This record gives sequence, structure tokens and C-alpha cells, in this order.
Amino acid sequence: MTTTVPRQAGETEPTRLSGLATRDLSAWFGAHKVLERVSLEMAAGQVTALIGPSGCGKSTYLRTLNRMHEMVRGAQLGGEVLLNGEDVYAHGRRPAEVRRRIGMVFQRPNPFPAMSIADNVASGLKLAGIKVGRDHREHLIEDSLRRAGLWNEVSNRLGTPGGALSGGQQQRLCIARSLAVEPEVLLMDEPCSALDPTSTRRVEETIAELRGRLTIVIVTHNMQQAQRISQSCAFFLASHDTPGRIVEAGPTEQLFSAPVDQRTADYVNGRFG
Amino acid sequence: MTTAQLSPSVPPPPEHDQPRVITAPVSRADRIYRLGLQVSGYSVFLLMGLIAFFLLLRGGDALSTAGWHFLTQQRWSPSAHVFGIAAVLPDGVLIAVVALVLAVPVSLVAALFIAEYAPVRLRGALVSVVDLMAAVPSIVYGLWGVYFLQPRVLGLVRWAALHLGGVLPFLKVRTGDIGTSYTSSTFMAGLVVSLMIVPIMTALSREVFSQAPQGEREAAYALGSTRWGMVRSVVLPFGRGGVIGAVMLGFGRAMGETIAVALIISPSFKFTGHVLEAGANSISALIALRFSESDGQSLSALMAAGLMLFAITLLVNLLAGVLVSRSRSGAVTAD
Repeated sequence: MTTTVPRQAGETEPTRLSGLATRDLSAWFGAHKVLERVSLEMAAGQVTALIGPSGCGKSTYLRTLNRMHEMVRGAQLGGEVLLNGEDVYAHGRRPAEVRRRIGMVFQRPNPFPAMSIADNVASGLKLAGIKVGRDHREHLIEDSLRRAGLWNEVSNRLGTPGGALSGGQQQRLCIARSLAVEPEVLLMDEPCSALDPTSTRRVEETIAELRGRLTIVIVTHNMQQAQRISQSCAFFLASHDTPGRIVEAGPTEQLFSAPVDQRTADYVNGRFG
Repeated sequence: MTTAQLSPSVPPPPEHDQPRVITAPVSRADRIYRLGLQVSGYSVFLLMGLIAFFLLLRGGDALSTAGWHFLTQQRWSPSAHVFGIAAVLPDGVLIAVVALVLAVPVSLVAALFIAEYAPVRLRGALVSVVDLMAAVPSIVYGLWGVYFLQPRVLGLVRWAALHLGGVLPFLKVRTGDIGTSYTSSTFMAGLVVSLMIVPIMTALSREVFSQAPQGEREAAYALGSTRWGMVRSVVLPFGRGGVIGAVMLGFGRAMGETIAVALIISPSFKFTGHVLEAGANSISALIALRFSESDGQSLSALMAAGLMLFAITLLVNLLAGVLVSRSRSGAVTAD
């Protein structure tokens, strides 16, 4: 599923939209199974929210999508993750290449504290070995910061360290940093859980603006947030003796207004979790 | 409850808006504990002060005899009242510099390998071996250096002196192309001392490298970085301050190293700067070699030299401490 959206003002290349899907994805830490046969389609250019109580495996699931899962010692995995229909775990495929195409924003803002704001945004280019000219680099920094909704706040101090920003600004800097390498998919692992309400709203606005330009998968604990920002939603559930699996998935509106499964209804109405 | 009433229209009398005296009574156990810590803490200063005082007292005689010539005189003949550290001090520094030039790259690469690349099982073994190396007495390194290492690097040293000496004058050997021209040199002493400071520098660097924040490591990987890219952008910048501190500590140790240097060098009292040439010296080796045959004025001269060494190593270590404490911690990323 690759479609091309029309070139927009201030953009250098047309954005390629890619869908993401998993087929029978299981995950283990050592002998402990944390995910069981999760199959899910995450539509291109849309926001998919993963919800569920703590420990249900949704963060682990997210980390399997860009091969961050295998960084943990003892982590194992079964099934397939398909980016545009191609398995990212296919033999001979480099994790670095997969991660460049599938970006990630973490729960705690993690800018490179000693680097300047501009260098933080451009760091992905250097790390991924993408060579760009000086003009294009400056353009890319501005464009990424604009898309992350941070440009107006930092445009006059791009040379100051990224670590000096507030938590909310740091998180948007991390989003800008991820966008600068022009990923096809952006994964967000509870990006607002360490932020205050104002910063949270700002990040949500950013997500809304990014919609349609790349595929977003977001893990959230906040049901209202899932409702506000996502078009489709998947509800994960695990108990202490069964690994995490998807109870119900579908359009967000339907999941919240007319859930099929009783457990989903209980969860989205705040009766547990 | 009339006192609890809020009356915004009436401003409170100013004397109610004064800082209070706050007391925090300390329990008996806490007081004893604190006293114990204070005594042992301050005793460090006391000990340092006593050493400096002792050296000044015993070396003062020689210092007043030699005056400023103590810093400018290269000869060492206390019986003739002609002595100074103008040769032994720079030569000792040169030994330490040679040691650092050889040891720093080895330590950094070893520390990076242990912290970032070694398989987990090998890592534990490597850490133990490095710690063990740091515990080997310096006399053992010295013996090994003289009887094993020196004959084996002689060929390389000769090659460097003959072929690079023309381009880099400090590598030139002017005493003729015979075997003994190349032994017992500043370089040989530096080489052995470098082996002795590698373990401590490796251990300290490895420690700071392994503390590089997990969040930043993952950030780099998630951007499509290779492992080396992650190390370069996260681990090395994070560890920089600690590495500088480790290097300074290594330098301090190299300056103070005695027995291994005393075993290797053939003492000379003329600073030449030719590192491959036979003949070298350092303050600590001078003291070790001359101590048993000294009394009166000559002993006092050694004490004065010891005072200089004490002052320099103290300075280097203080500088190292400042650099280490100024290095960045992961706290910057925290909210």
C-alpha cells in the first residue's frame, strides 16, 4: 500500500505513505510470553491508538514494530511485522534501516542534552549516514521543527542545548528529530505521560497536524486522548497467566461508543484498569 | 476559631511576616555518627598537612642552600652544594607523557570494548582481569619490563630512531648505533609505566561509559543509528569528563611511579628530550636510588625534591577531581 500525496509548500520531497501490519506476532522475554498472536492492520496515514491496562504488552508490541524489542537481552519474537507488505524481520534486513523508516518517540523525552537544538534535530541524519548540504540541512531543521509545532518557540535560540528546554518542548524536539529523517511511520510510546496538560495539548495538536502525512501508532493510557487523536484503536489485555492479546480492534468511534466485547466496554468506560 | 479567619481587606501586621527561627534537634546517635565521620574526614587534611610540613621541615635546609637554583640546576651533587631538579622534573614529566601517549588509546579502546561490545559473559571476566592488573605490584611490572619487554622492543626502537629520527628530532639517538644506546631510556620507562596505568584508566573509563543513559542510547538506535554511531553520539560525549579525569589520574600515577622506573633507567642529570636515548630520570626514581646513601645535606635535598613531587601530584589530582566533578551527569535530561 504505497500512495503518494501531493507536494506541499515548504516540502522537499513528496511523502511516501506506508501501512504497517503484524501477523500472528508473539513476543517473549526469556521463557515468559508477553504477547500472543497479535494481528493488526495500521492504516497508512492514519493514527492508530493502542490502549489497555499496564502490563498488557502494548509497549512491547510497539517496540517489536521497529525492532527495538530485540535490544533487550533474552527478548524473542515470532510472527511477522509488515511494512508495506515486507517483513521487517526478513533475513538479511538491517535493523538500522528499519528504524530509520519507522521512527520512535519515547515515554520520557530523551533529547541529546549536550547537543544544540539544531544539532538534535539533524542528529538522525548523521546517525543514519544521510548526507545533506548545508542549505538543505537548515531547511530540514526548520521544516521538522515546524511540523513538530516547536519552531515559533525555539527559532531564535537554535544554538542552545536541547537539554535546557522544558519537558513538553523536549518531547516536541524529539518528535522533530524523528521527523527529520523522514520516516514513513512514527511510533509513540505514551509520549504525553511525563508532560503537563498544556504540553500534552500541544503534542496532540502536533499529532493531528501530522496525520495524513505519515502513519502514526501511539500507545496511550489516556482514554480521552485515544478518542481525540486516533482514527482506529486496538484494545490489549493480559492477565497474570495469559500473555497480552488484542481483545478488540476497529475504528476508534465504534470501539468507544459500541464495543462488541464486554471487557472493552468495561475498560473504555473506566470500570477497571 | 477567630484566628483562622481570612480578611483580605486588612493587611497582616508586618511583624507576623518575619522568617521564623527553625530548630531541628539532632538525636544522640546522629550526633555520635556525625562526629565519627567528621574526625575521619578532617584527618585526611591533617595527614596531608603533616606530610607537607615534614617535607618542608626536612627539605628546608637544602632549599635555603640552593635557593632558586633548585629549580634551574640540572646537576645533582648535594655534597658540593650544587643540585637542582631542572633535569629530573622535566624528565619525569616526559616519562609520564610517554606513558600517557601509549596508554590512553589502549585504555579507551579497551574500556569501550568492555562496556559496549564485549559479550556479557566475557565482560565480567574482562572487568576482573583489569582490576587484577591494577593490583599487580609495580616491582613485578618493572622486572618484566627490564628482562622481557625491553629486549623485545629494542628492534622497533632502533628502527624508529634510525628512520624517524631525521623527521622527528626527539626520536633521534646521538650516542651511536649500538644496543646500549637504546636501552634504559625515557621511552622504555614510559612504556612500562604505561602498562601500569592502563588498568586504572580502563576501569574508570569503562565505568563512565557504562553509565551513559539508556534513554539516549535508545534514541540514537531509534533514529537508525549503527552501534558505532550510537557510541559516538551518546557514550563518548557522556563519558568525556570522566575520561579526562581518568587520564589525569593516570598522569598523577605515572609521575609518582618509582620502582619500575628506578629499575629500568640509567640515571642521568641532563635533560635532553631525546626519548629513545639511554639515560633518563624522575624525582621518585632519584629518591629511591639515592636514599640509602644519603645523610645531612644530601638527604635534605631529596626531601626538597620529594616536596616538589608532592606538590605537583597534588595539583594534578586536584585538577582531575575538578574535571571529573564538572563532567555531565544524566540528570540534565530529567524533568
